[in-house]
Amino acid sequence: MALKTEPFVLNMGPVHPSTHGVFRMRTTLDGEVVVDIEPIFGYLHRGVEKLAEQRTYTGIIPLTDRLDYISSMNNNLAYCLAVEKLAGIKVPERAEYLRVIMAELQRIAAFLIAVGAFLNDCGAFFTPFMYMFREREKIVDLLEMVSGQRLTYNYIRVGGVSQDIPEEFLPALRTFVAQMPGFIDEYDRLLMQNEILLARAKGVGILTREQAINCAASGPVLRASGVKWDIRQADPYSIYDRFEFDIPTGTVGDCYDRYRVRVAEMRQSLRIIQQAMTQLPPGPVKAAVPHLIRPPVGEAYAHLEAPKGELGFYLVSDNSIAPYRCHIRPPSLINLTALRDMVRGWKVADLIVIFGSIDITVGEIDR
Amino acid sequence: MKFERYGIGIVKGLMVTIMHLLRHPTVSQYPEQRLNTSRRIRGNEFIWDQVKCTGCGTCTKACPQGAIEIVTSTSQEENKYTVDKYQIDTGYCIQCGLCVEACPYEALYLGYAYECAKYQRGELVQTKEMMLESPLRKASGYFSPKRAAKLPKQTLLLERITEKK
Amino acid sequence: MMPVLNFGIHHQVFIPAVPPDWPGGFWWHWLFFTVVIIAFVLTMVMGAIYIERRGMGRMQSRLGPNRTGPFGLLQPVADAIKVLLKENIVPVKADKLVHWLAPVVAFAPALMLFAVIPFQDGALLADLNIGILYIVAISSVSTVGIFMAGWASSNKYSLLGAMRNVAAIVSYEMPLVLAIVGVVLIAGSLSLNRIVIAQDIPFILLQPLGFFLFFAAGCAEINRSPFDLMEADSEIVAGFHTEYSGMKFAMFYLVEYAEAIAIAAIITTLFLGGWRGPLLPPWLWFVTKVMAVFFTMVWTRTTLPRIRIDQLMALAWKFLLPLAVINLIITAIQVLASWPDTLPWTLVMIIVNFTILAVLVLLWSKFFFRLGWGRIEV
Ligand code: SF4
Ligand code: SF4
Repeated sequence: MALKTEPFVLNMGPVHPSTHGVFRMRTTLDGEVVVDIEPIFGYLHRGVEKLAEQRTYTGIIPLTDRLDYISSMNNNLAYCLAVEKLAGIKVPERAEYLRVIMAELQRIAAFLIAVGAFLNDCGAFFTPFMYMFREREKIVDLLEMVSGQRLTYNYIRVGGVSQDIPEEFLPALRTFVAQMPGFIDEYDRLLMQNEILLARAKGVGILTREQAINCAASGPVLRASGVKWDIRQADPYSIYDRFEFDIPTGTVGDCYDRYRVRVAEMRQSLRIIQQAMTQLPPGPVKAAVPHLIRPPVGEAYAHLEAPKGELGFYLVSDNSIAPYRCHIRPPSLINLTALRDMVRGWKVADLIVIFGSIDITVGEIDR
Repeated sequence: MKFERYGIGIVKGLMVTIMHLLRHPTVSQYPEQRLNTSRRIRGNEFIWDQVKCTGCGTCTKACPQGAIEIVTSTSQEENKYTVDKYQIDTGYCIQCGLCVEACPYEALYLGYAYECAKYQRGELVQTKEMMLESPLRKASGYFSPKRAAKLPKQTLLLERITEKK
Repeated sequence: MMPVLNFGIHHQVFIPAVPPDWPGGFWWHWLFFTVVIIAFVLTMVMGAIYIERRGMGRMQSRLGPNRTGPFGLLQPVADAIKVLLKENIVPVKADKLVHWLAPVVAFAPALMLFAVIPFQDGALLADLNIGILYIVAISSVSTVGIFMAGWASSNKYSLLGAMRNVAAIVSYEMPLVLAIVGVVLIAGSLSLNRIVIAQDIPFILLQPLGFFLFFAAGCAEINRSPFDLMEADSEIVAGFHTEYSGMKFAMFYLVEYAEAIAIAAIITTLFLGGWRGPLLPPWLWFVTKVMAVFFTMVWTRTTLPRIRIDQLMALAWKFLLPLAVINLIITAIQVLASWPDTLPWTLVMIIVNFTILAVLVLLWSKFFFRLGWGRIEV
């Protein structure tokens, strides 16, 4: 006689150790197996898009810091690119290079967190997380040096950056770039070939190429599925066409590929920083931009390759000092839509690993 | 990776962790051991210069949070504004530094201190008397390279860790 | 001679009849050493918590607790006081009686394990001649308490954790016992003290495969990493003790470490020569070895990710169990062949045994067993 079992509903979150913020998953479980999952978000909704309609164009920059708070620089940059496109502002050469350096540093920092949190979700008890936070700390030190803040940098401005870098920045950056590959190698030794990690992550949560493209995934999630798509090369913004770097891609699209792509991305970012550092020209760091920017009537969309994927800002101007409409395309939210396809049929433990491998920030999803 | 499934990866990982026993820990003991913050730190105090401020109100317009309140009156004999009331509610302030950037007369600075927790919200409001500069209330070098040069150099984790790779 | 229970007014009458060294008789002896053992276990647990937190901290490039007392030595005390002073919260829908009883049921066996462990020549409380059987029997009783906790909490996370625990313990008991049998075959006795006395060279050299199996299965049995999925904090919050607080939580916390110490003590006794060692007094050797084994557990916990429940089962049934059986057969052959008890032959045996370990593990992982990489269809 077959035992009659029925699935039960388990509410994961909004307060749960590994939902990366206040995110809730309403999972239907059959024993340990995930039958269905319904992501529920909105617990961190702050109305950023609506708030932006009442602020000056410069005043919105601090708001963008608080979207994906572990990649503030990229958010600043994406927004400023949109305003520059809207108002037709030309950015000085030195500022462009500084922007690239900061954005790439921020990318490394964000990948460190992503990988650390992912490994922590796999159950490696905080060790990789601690090591990666140590390296992130060095980056945060550097960014603090130029911007004065450790998390919400608010450094990039419409038409350039807020201030020039202090003179002790470049030597420190040079040391960092020289040291970092050694530490990345160490992380690889720590867990990259670990049999248990392979068992937990390889072949788990496969997102096929077609699925990834259909749900408009971007960033490492898309690249792990084997699609060679990086906005820095596909639609070069800023001065990314001047640098030489590879786009690491995965083959299968499982959690392990996403992890590997992120680690490889760190090395590529270091390469870009190295090139930008040597080419850095002298000059002004900010174009002459009025205090209250009044872009002509029109609309603009600018996007860039944030650590999590394509981050886009869509702005509509009615020639006043505040945008008429501001829409944000958050990469986390769009990547998250693939979650349901990925987790069905896996165990609870895999749900956490897959969820960790997507790497979301709730601040960006809820906005 | 030929030895992928025989435990080599586990052994490698174990070696990395045990090596860390011999390394110097990365942490610092906070209340006793204080590191220098960035010279450009955007601390949660404000330094305001009574002499330089003309009461133009640019800072107020630049503030995205509406944290700055300014009341001025015209003084006929000196032919300028007198600032009757100038206060910043640091409870609303997000330390973005836009006001400092906007001030055309370099009259407003962010503070260098960072331990400014208060027990009551009312205490967070800084009036113009409280915001004057004093040796105890240093201004940070945010947006003023002159002041930044005088502040102590930032401690970098990069330089403190001497371990080999 | 066995004196009867002699509390109360007849106390004086019986005094001449008891052994001279223990006024009050057998029961006083029993009471005294029970107290000693409880005190010893608590001290060891505190030491273990200290080692775990400091060692793990240093391995993670931090310092670990260092504020309370010199070098943070009083941290476990501070932890204990904090946890004891906390409010005792019982969920509304909980099965109150079972919820209350569970920590006790889990706690008692963990302490009872120590009754037969020889800290020096001869166990403190009872030198049972079937010590190993006793340990095998007692060590699984805690599971009942843990399942009670999971069931009574009326929390789905607790239930998941408890289910995982029961499943794991049922599967891991098998290789665990089979690994012990190898040692028993060589020593020719079930008494723990005899086993120690038989170890002129530590059995880890003669039984490397057995040691490996026992260590893995032991870790799984007491939920140490990488098999800590019953209380996997990133998945099911805290497993069976999610809904516990205050004193009851302290009990579970204590059980966890007491069991870890117990497994470390059993490993020490069975494989590392127990209390035997040159120079130092026996009990000190014992404690040192126990702590060394415990440190290895901390080390693996720091490094390794956690495996999944089905992989855990697969590991037990497809990897550890067959190897344990093979190990048993090989040991039996070795014992039957009765090699000469001289040094060169022992060396040869050690080399042979380690070769067997390497060859078996490699072969098995190459051809018969692979961890993971599969999808369960709904
Ligand atoms: S720092 Fe920013 S929020 Fe604070 S008062 Fe200045 S402009 Fe306003
Ligand atoms: S902008 Fe500067 S000068 Fe003008 S009111 Fe503010 S502090 Fe005073």
